[in-house]
Amino acid sequence: MAQVTLDAVRKLYPNGHEAVQPSGFTIQDGEFMVLVGPSGCGKSTILRMIAGLEEVSEGTISIGDRVVNDVDPADRNIAMVFQNYALYPHMTVERNMGYGLKNRGMPNAEIAEKVREAAAMLNLSEYLDRRPSQLSGGQRQRVAMGRAIVREPALFLFDEPLSNLDAKLRNQMRIEVRSLQRRLGTTAVYVTHDQVEAMTMADRIIVLNGGRIEQIGTPSEIYDRPASTFVASFMGAPPLNILEACAVGGSVLADGGEQALADANGHSDGALMFGVRPEDVTVGTGPHSFDVEIVEELGANRLLHGKLYGQAFSVSVPKDREARTGPVPVSVRPDMVHLFSAEDGRRL
Amino acid sequence: MAEATLDTPATAPARTRRIRWSVVFDHLILMAGAFLMLAPTVYAFITTSHDAVTIHREGLQLGFGDKMGENFHNAMFVPGGFTQTVDGTLMLMNSFILGIGFALGKIIISMMAAYAIVYFRLRFATLAFWVIFTTLLLPLEVRILPSYEAIQQLGLTNTYTGLIVPLIASATGTFFFRQYFRSVPEELVEAARIDGAGPVKFFIDVLVPLSRTMIAAIFIIMFVFGWNQYLWPTLMTTDESFFTLVRGIKQIVLSYTDSQIPEHGQALALAIVAMIPPVAIVIFFQSWFVKGLTESDK
Repeated sequence: MAQVTLDAVRKLYPNGHEAVQPSGFTIQDGEFMVLVGPSGCGKSTILRMIAGLEEVSEGTISIGDRVVNDVDPADRNIAMVFQNYALYPHMTVERNMGYGLKNRGMPNAEIAEKVREAAAMLNLSEYLDRRPSQLSGGQRQRVAMGRAIVREPALFLFDEPLSNLDAKLRNQMRIEVRSLQRRLGTTAVYVTHDQVEAMTMADRIIVLNGGRIEQIGTPSEIYDRPASTFVASFMGAPPLNILEACAVGGSVLADGGEQALADANGHSDGALMFGVRPEDVTVGTGPHSFDVEIVEELGANRLLHGKLYGQAFSVSVPKDREARTGPVPVSVRPDMVHLFSAEDGRRL
Repeated sequence: MAEATLDTPATAPARTRRIRWSVVFDHLILMAGAFLMLAPTVYAFITTSHDAVTIHREGLQLGFGDKMGENFHNAMFVPGGFTQTVDGTLMLMNSFILGIGFALGKIIISMMAAYAIVYFRLRFATLAFWVIFTTLLLPLEVRILPSYEAIQQLGLTNTYTGLIVPLIASATGTFFFRQYFRSVPEELVEAARIDGAGPVKFFIDVLVPLSRTMIAAIFIIMFVFGWNQYLWPTLMTTDESFFTLVRGIKQIVLSYTDSQIPEHGQALALAIVAMIPPVAIVIFFQSWFVKGLTESDK
């Protein structure tokens, strides 16, 4: 059990590429922290620096009370689960899980005991004699988890562990991973590019973009109060609608629109970005004319895609509401409006 | 494939005929090749059943005689040669020592070299690799005099060490293992690092078992190569008890030349014996061999 602290950590590659700009945050003991962002945003680099697989260019990383910048990965008391599982192909499940313990000089009987325990927890007991190639993707992923668990580390590191699984299995493993981490109470850092995984699994989320932290917060904070247009459009499916707009005389108007979308909340006149979630738009009544072009059936609800004042816009309506293409009147829930700066996209 | 299976009923007659012709043609080529390769061996094998006089007078024979057992027995178990100390069994053993030592030595050395080149951040690693690789242009025959001089000054002539060690540096092996190691996923190394396996442990616990098909394939190639060495053993061994089969065949024939007819039957018998182990190894390890060179399941 440990808390993890990154203090002004920076990663600069010899070719001059700055993969991670100086960033700092603290992961509390027992917390499930998800790093999310598009590919190349530096999330894996941060994870690999915590693991010790990548050197830290500047700043310090501490696990517990110990600064681990120069500590070997094996001595950091961590366990890592890789995207492609990275199981030893020539070893049985049992030996795969016990290899790390064997290298630490634990007696064989004790290793067997711990491996059996972990295998029972992961429903792998029948497969202990198999090789990884004889297992399905989900089972391999469980073996990789088992290898992490038996070590009883202070910190779990997950590097997109579910990306190689099919969608159904991924949903199931998501819950398994989460409940396992809860039960063990071990601090976890989880890297993913999938915002659904981030939202559903995390205690807190760190959204990264271009090597920079955009926002740190709980899933509901991130969803309800995105710190920038990047976070707003990255988190949530369908993404937040963003319209180019301007504040005029105390109210916000979409570019090309005549009716006020929202109150300017005291922001001075000028260009800004107006955002609203597709589910925070009411269809049927209202001052705005939304031109529906495509209706997407999602089962539980319908997504209407089209144009509002000439800009791309989406609205989510419940399934019991009829929808067809053509102009419909809509209104925006005034308390669910997000305003962002037109220059840097930060929240106003 | 699926398509071909589906429309088989309609087009079966035409398809069968066309395939049959090409198959016949392929087999004719294969049979001609097999005949060219095997006929001399069979010819030699049959001739071992005749005595030296018949062979000397009438040349190679196509019908079986009655001396086969005697020829093989004499070739294998009766000491011959100039000093009368070496028989076929001893030479067979020497050949095995050379073949296995040569193959194992090459595998160990080239695996370790490839490991260093691929997994350690050496200065000039690529340069080192290409230097090793260019030694392909300098086979033993080119450097035979300095090699001999060095071994002779070390007093290693007429020893197994002298016979094997100068030959075990292998650019080919290093190259194969390098390519193979580079295809091993990076995550495996990282997982092992987190699991607390140092460089030596990773090599022995993970890399060596992973490479076993590759090792088998290279072992076969190198064993046959070592077994068939002629020039270096000829230079290195003057003591007949270190003779290998390949080198000994000639010696047996020569030593009888004074006043007798050369023992052609025995020489051919030894030649047949010398062929068996490499062929057997290739046959037994064939599936491994193919796997090692083609499979990429890691």
